[in-house]
Amino acid sequence: MELKDTRSGFGAGLTELGRTNPNVVALCADLTGSLKMDKFKDENPERFFQIGVAEANMIGIAAGMTIGGKIPFTGTFANFSTSRVYDQIRQSVAYSGKNVKICASHAGVTLGEDGATHQVLEDIGMMKMLPHMVVINTCDYNQTKAATIAIAEHEGPVYLRFGRPKVPNFTPADQKFEIGKALHLKKGTDVTIFATGHLVWESLKAAKTLAEAGVSAEIINIHTIKPLDNKAILDAVKKTKCVVTAEEHMLNGGLGDSIAQLLSRNTPTPLEMVGVDDTFGESGTPMQLLAKYGLDAKAIVAATKKAVARK
Amino acid sequence: MQKITDLNDIISQVRRDIVRMVHANNSGHPGGSLGCTEFLTALYFQVMNHNSEFKMDGIGEDLFFLSNGHISPVFYSVLARSGYFNIAELSTFRKLNSRLQGHPATHEGLEGVRIASGSLGQGLSVAIGAATTKKLNNDDSIVYTLHGDGELQEGQNWEAIMYAAGNKVDNLIATIDYNQKQIDGSIDEVLPMGDLKAKLKAFDWLVLEEKEGNNIKAVINILTTAKAATGKGKPVVIILHTEMGNGVDYMMGTHKWHGSAPNDEQLVEALAQNPETLGDY
Repeated sequence: MELKDTRSGFGAGLTELGRTNPNVVALCADLTGSLKMDKFKDENPERFFQIGVAEANMIGIAAGMTIGGKIPFTGTFANFSTSRVYDQIRQSVAYSGKNVKICASHAGVTLGEDGATHQVLEDIGMMKMLPHMVVINTCDYNQTKAATIAIAEHEGPVYLRFGRPKVPNFTPADQKFEIGKALHLKKGTDVTIFATGHLVWESLKAAKTLAEAGVSAEIINIHTIKPLDNKAILDAVKKTKCVVTAEEHMLNGGLGDSIAQLLSRNTPTPLEMVGVDDTFGESGTPMQLLAKYGLDAKAIVAATKKAVARK
Repeated sequence: MQKITDLNDIISQVRRDIVRMVHANNSGHPGGSLGCTEFLTALYFQVMNHNSEFKMDGIGEDLFFLSNGHISPVFYSVLARSGYFNIAELSTFRKLNSRLQGHPATHEGLEGVRIASGSLGQGLSVAIGAATTKKLNNDDSIVYTLHGDGELQEGQNWEAIMYAAGNKVDNLIATIDYNQKQIDGSIDEVLPMGDLKAKLKAFDWLVLEEKEGNNIKAVINILTTAKAATGKGKPVVIILHTEMGNGVDYMMGTHKWHGSAPNDEQLVEALAQNPETLGDY
């Protein structure tokens, strides 16, 4: 399996947009290389804006640039894309209904060695609470590239979350990205695992181990946390009657939290959640951190067995 | 060129609108609104090339962004009086189901408002973005902003001030409402600003100063000077000395009317000092 980073998928998508959509502009807060925005910059110097280490100003400028028809894509780490500038996003982008695409790399613990100051685990929660904000967390290079291209066509604010490490690139290169449309990756009858971001691959790995233990797990990729594909989730749960959620995010406010709300209102179902439980991360390699914080395939297997036992 | 007497008629009416709107809700911000009445009147009735047939993108016209959104009464009054929406709607200010929110908002489609403001310090960045898009669109119109002086305590302003100079955003005229007062007292009591002019010059802006910010003729003159200074590689800023509460004698010379409404007797007193010229809403 080819290993590629999701942020390079963002860079490739942005490069393509630079060639196909003259209204797309890109803004970066001194992390052009990390966000893989170099090629867009080289090909469209007049449409690339180096803001400096001033994320609040970047969000405000992006909001203003929509007035007159531009489609701004901002790029920095996920922590600096959200918690650092929450009020700017809230007032100047979300409340003002501006067509800004907030593109956030290095999300979650897999940012690795830089440690907890940079490892935002609360961003999905913060962003999904903002009215009308679309929240997307992609799982691999191909999906991130496709999502980047797709969000340019969506009128309104979008938060696009991706990461730093090289991970398996397993979704088809020609798969169209539809905002808010869940993707069925594997059929199963005993339990449905809803996963987002880097934990989609971990869930696929977990499904193999579970099969050996006689558990048939359905895997569904929820790349769009908001708007949530309620129908796909409820249809799946009707069949398996047992649910696990998996995300590289705090349990409070994440995908699991959204799915738990949906199920408890419609069809209360045994549910286990894989995510970070009210703690900050730390320095380490991405895989070490996924293991330590209970976010790897092993943790998903354990959670799934627990959920199935509750049926 | 509008006659100064006509502009003074508009100013008198706008002041009436401000105190009546705030009185009707027993809430709102009359002090800064009154202090900036001449400025907003000069912009919308004299200086800006703008179209009251509102289009969000504002292509081919000058734009204005109000960063200190709490002075919404003067903004709403001037927008209505210059034809963006019916003056009757001013009576809905701060009421349930109104488009005239306590602080300006876009989500109900109020004509003339292009960004929400209220949480301070965000307007200059937005204006830089709009000015940058104008350049990309080869649109040689100008982007105007207004900021409170106390608002400059918000750090985002200084990010924006540094960016605008460093990137030669020279189709931008920022104005600072220099009344030297904020909610808790004078600027010097709350957080001394030092030499504002020297600070802005050090950030490489072209700095203009007008001591008579409540004299319509002086305000038009300084804005005309500022306009002539655009397109020369530097962003332009006007330090506009104003009097909080200007035009209502008991509101002047104090910070106490920043966010307080007049009672019934005080309203009568304020209106007596500002004759009805164009018809109350």
